[in-house]
Amino acid sequence: MIDFHRDHANLVNVALLVFVLLSTLIAVVPADTMQHNEPLPGMPVMTEAERRGLAIYISEGCVACHTQQVRNIEMDRVWGSRPSIPSDYHYSKQRMNVWQQSPSLLGSERTGPDLTSIGQRQPGEQWHLLHLYDPRMLVKGSIMPRYGWLFEEVDPAAAIGQVLVPVPADRLKDPRNKLIATQAGNDLVAYLISLKQAPLPEGTAPAVFLSSPGANGEAVALTAPDALPDGGAIFAQTCSACHQADAKGLAGAFPPLTGSTIVNDEDPTQMITIVLSGYDARAEFGVMPAQAEMLTDAQIAAVVNHVRSSFGNNAPATTADAVKAVRSTVAPTTALQP
Amino acid sequence: MILLDTGSGILTQPGIVGTLVLLGIVLFIGSLLITARVQVLIARIKAGRASAAEVSDDDLLAMDTAALTGPLARRKAALQFKLRGDELGGTQEAFDDKALISRSTSEPDNPLVDEKIYSRTKLDVPPQLQKLVVWYLGAATFWLVFGTMVGQYLGMKFVWPDMDEVEWLSFGRLRPVHTNTVFWGWASLAMIGLGYFVIARTSSTVIHSYRRAWWAWGLINASVVVGNACLMAGINNGGGEYREYIWPVALLFALGLIITFRNFYATVKRRKIAEIYVSNWYILAALVWTIVLATIGYLPWYQNGLGETIIQGYYMHQGVGMWFMTFTLGLIYYYLPASLNKPIYSYSLGVLAFWTQMLFYTLIGTHHFVFSPLPWWLQTVAIVFSAGMFIPVIAGTTNFLMTMRGSWGVIGKSYVLPFFLVGVVYYFVGSTQGSFQAFRFTNHVWHFTDFNVAHSHMTMYGIITFILWACVYALLPKMTGREPSQLLVGAHFWLAFVGLFAYTVSLMAGGTAKGMDWIAGVPFIDTVVNTRGYWTWRAIGGSLMFLSHLLFAWNLHTMARTSTVPAASLPTS
Repeated sequence: MIDFHRDHANLVNVALLVFVLLSTLIAVVPADTMQHNEPLPGMPVMTEAERRGLAIYISEGCVACHTQQVRNIEMDRVWGSRPSIPSDYHYSKQRMNVWQQSPSLLGSERTGPDLTSIGQRQPGEQWHLLHLYDPRMLVKGSIMPRYGWLFEEVDPAAAIGQVLVPVPADRLKDPRNKLIATQAGNDLVAYLISLKQAPLPEGTAPAVFLSSPGANGEAVALTAPDALPDGGAIFAQTCSACHQADAKGLAGAFPPLTGSTIVNDEDPTQMITIVLSGYDARAEFGVMPAQAEMLTDAQIAAVVNHVRSSFGNNAPATTADAVKAVRSTVAPTTALQP
Repeated sequence: MILLDTGSGILTQPGIVGTLVLLGIVLFIGSLLITARVQVLIARIKAGRASAAEVSDDDLLAMDTAALTGPLARRKAALQFKLRGDELGGTQEAFDDKALISRSTSEPDNPLVDEKIYSRTKLDVPPQLQKLVVWYLGAATFWLVFGTMVGQYLGMKFVWPDMDEVEWLSFGRLRPVHTNTVFWGWASLAMIGLGYFVIARTSSTVIHSYRRAWWAWGLINASVVVGNACLMAGINNGGGEYREYIWPVALLFALGLIITFRNFYATVKRRKIAEIYVSNWYILAALVWTIVLATIGYLPWYQNGLGETIIQGYYMHQGVGMWFMTFTLGLIYYYLPASLNKPIYSYSLGVLAFWTQMLFYTLIGTHHFVFSPLPWWLQTVAIVFSAGMFIPVIAGTTNFLMTMRGSWGVIGKSYVLPFFLVGVVYYFVGSTQGSFQAFRFTNHVWHFTDFNVAHSHMTMYGIITFILWACVYALLPKMTGREPSQLLVGAHFWLAFVGLFAYTVSLMAGGTAKGMDWIAGVPFIDTVVNTRGYWTWRAIGGSLMFLSHLLFAWNLHTMARTSTVPAASLPTS
């Protein structure tokens, strides 16, 4: 019998061999299997700018606080329309170069929001630029660092053709100058905007979201016939990043919802249309993303009602059925199942 | 809840299969233990037969004293010994003619700073080894202070995110500086330094090569210096936790480990005693396993797509389990019994814990990615074996506590043992909690929240760091003959202990509240704002911890100062 107590060579060799064997079985072989996958049909190939942006994302350590995985549990539904699958990472998780491995995008800590669908939630370049320049200008409670080194102040002539960052003049050294992003800043924004969940091929059912133990009645409220979900919560989650928590907007970037004629219109159709299909009619403000694929009829009705009855606005309430009716006229997509 | 897929035969259920494997392993180990017991019994019976007939005390007293010689005569005299009755209350003047008393006081029970027992023995250590240990510990302590200063700064950024806007101080770049510094700088160097003493002492020999030990010292320190500079410059390996150093930097560390392993192995090989003390099992295995781990973690061929994620889970978990935990356990098996001046309670339990540590710890990396797109079976295996971790943890904890049993009074009179006690208790609590955290329900609530950070500090700090401090305070005074100020050691202990408590409890409470809010559908930004109070308490706890490290650094300086007293004037063991 092997005497581990007296034979150092045997002791070390057995410890080594068993560990190598177990490691191979539990890590190397499954890892090798998992790296083979095909991209989804609707997934665009990453552009050069997006790939450079991914490198900045890794270099700045964004993965320390931001995950990119929608888990198959109910609470992660806010981060994507379906649980993540291996193919989602087909283009992004490749070895970067000889010095750097495949980026650890899934993350282990959600100090900031999950970014799986950030390009869908926030498709506007200006929003991202302003948010990177000073997150607290857009989101008061944010604890994200400011990334001033991704920006430069330039003479207005040098800013022609560049996306301007709409900062108040008192934030600039010389108020006549303009603020633009550096190449790295623009690349990072290009990468962030590219983050969307590709649709599954026709006829493929996504994995189900497992129900959350201990969840309160929210899921019930969504399916109850008359009761609408909490419009204030949806506003905080979806709208306040641009329109701000007090709905006063941000001058030069995002329009206010207080006292807006569209919001206070007796007939909510135009407001519902804008929420469903987005809005880019005014050059002085950023682009509003379409919410048709992000929110259900009931959720849209709830948030529309919240805005129309808060912040000094005063307009009659609408219903999920009304949203359904508008949806059928503006978007060919079928309504989201609650 | 639809967390379990029922249907096909019960034996195909991974939970069942895993449990059966567990039972099989326990059965296997149980039979090994029984075999060992029976062998010991047989050996004892054989030995009993061979020994000479003994004389009972009664027979001895009845014998004629004049006819007795040697041991029997001495034994009879001893049996007949009686006290005179005036030994303690006599009229003679007391004089300590063997220099047993080092200090006397007229107020022995000062309630605030109870006088601890000074270490009176000075070990006879080769000066090269002493210098080596002191330099390893000195570098480690430098990294502890630096790494936790960074950590403290990061903790404050949660409360004041606008403290600075400098690229190399930004949170994303600095966070891995904190973790890698305390991992590879503080804990690793301290472990290896303390390990050098254990490996030489328990092998009754001298270190194979001091020159190689210095090379490893240089390589490991170089990897931390260069690695941190890279991280602050925005150069990292891909953001995977604890392998943020790019491979050329990690290679320096790996070379340091390989040199250390060869040096340790060669020292054990030339040991003057037949048995390999169990500490050396753990220490040698920790080095071998970590070399394998670093290799698997950095080789590229299976790491694209989610392959990287599987390796990440494996690597970050094994980094803690196979390197820090295994090595530190090896250190406890020497320094704890040595400080108590008695043998370890059960050598066999130590061996059992060793093998189960290897079997179970290796398989549980994926529990960092429960509910992720990784294969469900892999997640389940990880969860099952996380529960299996109860075996080595309970074996180890029982062993250490039983070793301490009967010496509780000594703990109050020692400045070393409280560190051991806290470390051992955290070993049980932190590890068990980690296993529970892997379960799907608990993972559901806690994963991605600040609870993770609390867990990692309970283990890397509560277990590893406290044990390392205990070992440092146990070893250095005996080696250099220099005692630290007891008041400052006490302050170090209490600041670290209370700080850690505030740190972990606040983040556990905050993390749980956050997870429940996420489940309830509270808007994300509200959960950030709601955590601010907990983050403030974390920063306060962190400040206490950092303060304690400054005291520790001073104490280390006191203990490590080159002795001005000629060595000959100190008693040696």
